[in-house]
Amino acid sequence: MYSNLSNFSEGIDDAFVIIFGVIAFFLVGLTAVLIYFLIRYREKKNPVPTQIEGNIWLEIVWTIIPIGLVIGMFYYGWMAWIPMMSDAPKDSIEIKTTAQMWSWKFEYPNGKKTDTLIIPIDKAIALKLSSPDVLHSLYIPAFRVKRDIVPGRIIDMWFEAKREGSYDLFCAEYCGLQHSFMTTEVKVLSQEKYDEWYIDTTAAVIAAATPGALGLKVLRDNGCIACHSLDGSKLVGPSYKGIFGHEVEIETKGVERTVMVDAEYIKKSIYSPDEDLVKGFSKGLMRSYKDELSEEEVEQIIVYFETLSKK
Amino acid sequence: MSNSNLPNYLEYKGKYKGIFAWIFSTDHKKIGLLYLYSIMSFFIVGAILGLLMKLELIAPGKTIMEAKSYNAVFTMHGITMIFLIVVPGIPAIFGNFFLPILIGAKDVFYPKLNLLSWWLYIIGAAIALSSQFMNGASPDTGWTFYAPYSFRTQSNVLPALIGAFVLGFSSILTGLNFIVTMHRMRAPGMGWFKMPLFPWTLYGTAWIQLLATPVIGITLLMVVAERVLNIGFFDPALGGDPVLYQHLFWIYSHPAVYIMILPAMGVISEVIPTFAKKEIFGYNAIVISTLLIAFVGYFVWGHHMFTAGMSETSLFAFSFLTFLVAIPSAIKIFNWLATLYKGSIVLKTPMYWAVSFLFVFMIGGLSGLVLGAMAINVHLHDTAFVVSHFHFIVFGGVGFAFFAGIHYWFPKIYGKMYDAWWADTGWIVFFFGFLLLYTPMFYLGIAGMPRRYYDYVPEFHFANILSSFGAFIMIAGLVIIIINLFRSAKNGEKAEVSPWGGQTLEWTISSPPILENFEEIPEIK
Repeated sequence: MYSNLSNFSEGIDDAFVIIFGVIAFFLVGLTAVLIYFLIRYREKKNPVPTQIEGNIWLEIVWTIIPIGLVIGMFYYGWMAWIPMMSDAPKDSIEIKTTAQMWSWKFEYPNGKKTDTLIIPIDKAIALKLSSPDVLHSLYIPAFRVKRDIVPGRIIDMWFEAKREGSYDLFCAEYCGLQHSFMTTEVKVLSQEKYDEWYIDTTAAVIAAATPGALGLKVLRDNGCIACHSLDGSKLVGPSYKGIFGHEVEIETKGVERTVMVDAEYIKKSIYSPDEDLVKGFSKGLMRSYKDELSEEEVEQIIVYFETLSKK
Repeated sequence: MSNSNLPNYLEYKGKYKGIFAWIFSTDHKKIGLLYLYSIMSFFIVGAILGLLMKLELIAPGKTIMEAKSYNAVFTMHGITMIFLIVVPGIPAIFGNFFLPILIGAKDVFYPKLNLLSWWLYIIGAAIALSSQFMNGASPDTGWTFYAPYSFRTQSNVLPALIGAFVLGFSSILTGLNFIVTMHRMRAPGMGWFKMPLFPWTLYGTAWIQLLATPVIGITLLMVVAERVLNIGFFDPALGGDPVLYQHLFWIYSHPAVYIMILPAMGVISEVIPTFAKKEIFGYNAIVISTLLIAFVGYFVWGHHMFTAGMSETSLFAFSFLTFLVAIPSAIKIFNWLATLYKGSIVLKTPMYWAVSFLFVFMIGGLSGLVLGAMAINVHLHDTAFVVSHFHFIVFGGVGFAFFAGIHYWFPKIYGKMYDAWWADTGWIVFFFGFLLLYTPMFYLGIAGMPRRYYDYVPEFHFANILSSFGAFIMIAGLVIIIINLFRSAKNGEKAEVSPWGGQTLEWTISSPPILENFEEIPEIK
């Protein structure tokens, strides 16, 4: 029952155990009374019923006692919640979190970006949540935290992880087709390992040397591969595999035509996706990435696509 | 009175013949049966959709359908079950059939309006379901139509919204009709506090139908306007606020839960005294608690939105009131139990359903207390726990009460008895399947499985298998119940005037009743 994995989990689990205890007592107790009455007062045993109109004292007793109990339960639920709504401590690590259909994006203070949440242990983490499209909800069951992300607002949420390890992170608010695949992980590292990861730029250096690796990183960091596969399988949008330099049937303003996938076409598909629609896919699912992907990043993506077509 | 020579309402020859004798009849009993048949048909559809979901969830990954179909299936399951079945449900079926009889009247106050309500219901249902057969994808927003996804999706959301809008009018008119009927048509001598409890719960329900339904009507129209005319009410891209949508939606949809459950409590308050051979314990307390639920139920909608971002003050108030609204329900449970005390209890099919109603309703209500607590809600909101909780209330509560009611009043409705052995068998299979279906979902929610998930992580597998097996067993029970009733309505033995020894007015008239129920309006002493 107790997870003890975040700074809030103990309070919440305490409240849960108390409330669960009270309701379990009532469920078992009342069910026992019910069964006892059914047996004790069955027709065979008690052929003549005793008419009772009611009893005002009993009514008062079984109104007052439950009122006291529910106020108690309310109190525990409320008190365990108060720390969660408080502002994050001043020294917390601020991570910009973007929830989009259907992936997560995390941006750290030094500009590093990931698709899994990487945090140090015992350190307050302040997430600045936003969504460019529809409602989402960031939910980490192990930490007992959840917050709805409303597009158009910046939502604050904070917590501290108490044990190293990997934990599930789900989207809990229904957000369309791939809702149940909008999951990732929280990786809780020791402070040293976190620092090492945080300042490490070697991955980027190696990446710069491998053709296409930078482009792949852009695709991962922006959640593109949630809808576009790398292996040819059909998801929400067309797969990236083997498209570059090949012909594709598209629909432009209702007119079907065939075009060659080149740098120009890729750029257009990223900046205004609904204009040339690949046959068999729906409009309105992808938004324009004009404000999010620079021309340079698009170039990197194109380099990566070239490598995908060579294989 | 019971040895009437007049033809009963089923044999009565009116202006029309064949099916027209039904769909143009203003007889409240025939309208009740029209609702029974239409609602049961939709219920079978909704149950099959539910079964398909459970089949898909029996293993992680794809089992029988793609994510797209799954999303459409749970959306249609929700829309059908909520708008077409449990909201009209007991009031439209048993309310129509028995309200006039229970208060000693010949019909409802506005019989033609009553027929219009049914027609609106059918038209609304047809519009809502047309979304399945039109070009394009069937709706995939969930029955809640949350903004802004309901604007983004390319699926046929419009017909579903307009259908729900029309259905709202059916509900409002039925509510209006019942209120006027109870004010104007009670038999001489039947003061308000001599009225049986089932009419009382219909009275509370009717006021909610009348006052809360317009809110959802306007909200759905706003979504339509936003989709069609691009007026920015709810979509932040147009300057609207998605949380405003949630408020407006739940201002209706929470009281709607009480529209569903109050009449169910009414049915139980009729069945238990009959089979305990006792008058109900604490009649006044049950009446007052009914009205309290109807009233306080308006002010707890915010508990659907604890994680959506509300002010501290609202959260405090909504959480506190949510706990308080449990009290009147608890009072009812205590009074029902006290009614059994020193009774002379006969366990027959309706009583099995009523007793198991008490059990599942307690689980549903008590699990609601867990969700009402702020801190715990943060963890459990939008998980399988919530799904289990409201199925225990809406399906456990309303469904079990419906089956209690149909087995209780069946002899009166059709003038035939059903096969008790098969009815009991159906009950036990259904009850066991129900518990196996929904109990594991409490666990899944606590373990963190979000709702509306097509796919899940392997840790959740075992509980999902149990739950899916439960679904199959429950459906088997349902099939037994329906076949048994269907066959008995045709070939059952002839029913007496009062097979259970009930004390209310319907057990003084012939089975089935004559056209206008009473040859002479009874006087209540």
